[in-house]
Amino acid sequence: MTKWVLKGLRTGIVTTAYPGRDETAGGVSPGRPAGGLPFDAGSSIDVERCPTRALIRDGQCLRVDYRRCVHCFRCAPGREGSTQWQDGYEWAARLNDRRYEDLSPGGVFRRSLHIRVVDAGACGACLSEIEQLNKPYYNIHRLGFFLTPTPREADVLLVAGPVTDHMRMALKKAYEAMPTPKRVVAVGACALCGGVFGPSFISGGGASDIVPVDVAVPGCPPPPLALIHGLLATVGRKPSASWPSTALESGGKENV
Amino acid sequence: MENSMDETTFQSLPDAAAKRWPGQVQVNLDVRRSICLLTCGGSLLRDICEWVCSTSGYRFATLAVEEEASQWLLRYVFYGQSGIGQLHILLRTPKEDVAIPSISGVIHAADWHERETEDLFGLTFTGHPRLGDFVLHEEWPEDVKPMRSGFDARLPYRRRELDPEWRPQSIVQAPGAFMMPIGPVYSDVAESAHFLLETVGEDVIRTIRRFFYKYRGVEKISEGCPVDQVILLSERFSGTSAFAHSLAFCQAVEEIAGVDAPPRAKALRIVLAELERLRCHIAAIAGICGSTALSVATSQAGILEEEALRITGAFTGHRYLFGLNRPGGLTRDFNNSTCRGLADDAARLIERLCKLNDMLRFTSSFLDRIEEVGVISREQAIAYGLVGPIARASGLARDLRRALPYCGYETVDFDVPVETEGDGYARLRVLFREAEQSAAIIRKMATALPDGEIAGPFECAAGAALGWVEAPRGAAFHWVRITESGAVGRYRLTTPSFTNWHGFHLAAEHFAFQDFPIIMATFGLSNAESDR
Repeated sequence: MTKWVLKGLRTGIVTTAYPGRDETAGGVSPGRPAGGLPFDAGSSIDVERCPTRALIRDGQCLRVDYRRCVHCFRCAPGREGSTQWQDGYEWAARLNDRRYEDLSPGGVFRRSLHIRVVDAGACGACLSEIEQLNKPYYNIHRLGFFLTPTPREADVLLVAGPVTDHMRMALKKAYEAMPTPKRVVAVGACALCGGVFGPSFISGGGASDIVPVDVAVPGCPPPPLALIHGLLATVGRKPSASWPSTALESGGKENV
Repeated sequence: MENSMDETTFQSLPDAAAKRWPGQVQVNLDVRRSICLLTCGGSLLRDICEWVCSTSGYRFATLAVEEEASQWLLRYVFYGQSGIGQLHILLRTPKEDVAIPSISGVIHAADWHERETEDLFGLTFTGHPRLGDFVLHEEWPEDVKPMRSGFDARLPYRRRELDPEWRPQSIVQAPGAFMMPIGPVYSDVAESAHFLLETVGEDVIRTIRRFFYKYRGVEKISEGCPVDQVILLSERFSGTSAFAHSLAFCQAVEEIAGVDAPPRAKALRIVLAELERLRCHIAAIAGICGSTALSVATSQAGILEEEALRITGAFTGHRYLFGLNRPGGLTRDFNNSTCRGLADDAARLIERLCKLNDMLRFTSSFLDRIEEVGVISREQAIAYGLVGPIARASGLARDLRRALPYCGYETVDFDVPVETEGDGYARLRVLFREAEQSAAIIRKMATALPDGEIAGPFECAAGAALGWVEAPRGAAFHWVRITESGAVGRYRLTTPSFTNWHGFHLAAEHFAFQDFPIIMATFGLSNAESDR
């Protein structure tokens, strides 16, 4: 067994510096279209081409509804499009600020946080990214975050997938089994708006139809750093990302 | 049964069939595509299926049902070792005649296909012992069949509550017998699926699986959508094998349109497909280490998995290879020096993976947990038509890259690793050896890419074709029909996870409770891929 101990020691620490410092390694995020740029001839083609209607014309401005963006790259320069893409991963947004009164120092979510993941029809990529959180490169234990097998111990419910009909009750029961106060984080385009699957005869249009969503982590899938940002934003340790006004007005419930 | 047929018998199949059933079967050979089309009536179906499997070495791939104006068209697809191509057995039956003879008595691999068809289309398979709720759970009304053409997939269907007290009948009658429920929400990060393990104490006697919690109706919601929309679904229904499935879909669409991807696109598709296989296998290895609670090994494999994701992300822009395939080629080119860099990265990754393998091989506490656990015999693997690393660990050298070469794999030199024990350790060894092969293929292809276009002109045409790939978890078949209006008319997805979950109970039964998560990990299957 000593060989494993030595192997572990020899490997050293690989964990990301985020949230202390920004992560600069390549391939940690797919990036996404930059919103708020001037609308031009190329933009109108890209808006037309966007398969999930994430790109929106807002007067002379190009807006991006990040809940819908599935990183298909069709608007990306170097593919067919001309919309500027930006790197980064601090994408998570708090949807409902009324529920954040207990984030003051000493508030209930300032200490260690237990997280229950519910797969409500996710494709596997979101879940794979959530799994990375427990592995050395991201290691969320250092931040006081722990994945727990039971909702009865959980403070935060992480929901991925569009919420299929067959998972509706399981999701509801998992949420109800959690002690209060509790938070729900919707992970990925599917959980935010149904993604490419819903709403349909068998799948819903996201988690907010079933449980109240507090924090949205957009992406398809959101990279692990975006998930960490989402968890930190949930507990008030990082500021929420700005969110397109259309999404705020509809409370994240508007569907295609 | 395996390796028992060569090209001449493929050519002689029409004569042999005509001699055996004179005037009752109609056989056409499509030599260019190596497809033998055999049309027969329902009364002969069972005999013919049995005959082609027992004497000609064909094995069942998929059942694709299509609803036409006045009739049902059932297409039973078989494939074989390199050289015998595909065999499509076609059965046409009038719309009102919904009773089809079941073939699962002679070809057990068709069992779940028939159950799914019965549940979603409302066709009854006479002689099948276990029809009923399968994809759609108990709360779904029996008379509503969502795959039928009259059903509107885009409208939310009226919702019914699930019965929380649902329990299948217990068959173990013994003092102290009980049923252990697992799921649908269980473990730390596990895909939603429900298992009921019947036991009298330590050993799992019977495994009852209830799947399709993640059924998103991908086959149904694809219908009527344009190809560029369906490709998003083909990538995203199973995010961990996105490239493989989008490749299968693109190949089917290209076949319909009569378009061949340019050589450079084909070579890059092989590079990307192998990169995905490499990442997927490392993730499966990390899962196996994690299931045995060997924490340093889990961390080491986790490091390699994240590095594979980062290499993929830095190379293609997306960590899971989304947005790369398109009908006619790829959406972007890669410059040759970046590709050589990828080959080096993959080589470094595999070197460290081999070191991990060397340490695991001599860790007795680890081997104790996976050796002689979850055994699947060669005969069982044949009967259930298992595919991918699981079949190859049970002595079946089944690999579509060899059996039905696509995308230029016929020119690539690589080994198909085979183990014979069929236990968890054999499956792990196959994963390690295949990962090595993938890195070697990446090196060969990425350092000698042909020049030229990355995508040719592509115009959608009407028609139907089968696309297939050897996905990381095994053989995937995509049957695609494009209508005159350029929309997808039928999209039948057969995935390796669906095929292999069918045989999962063989491995899980008669082993102890505590082996269950390990057996699951050595299978490394995806419910998203299976449920669709």
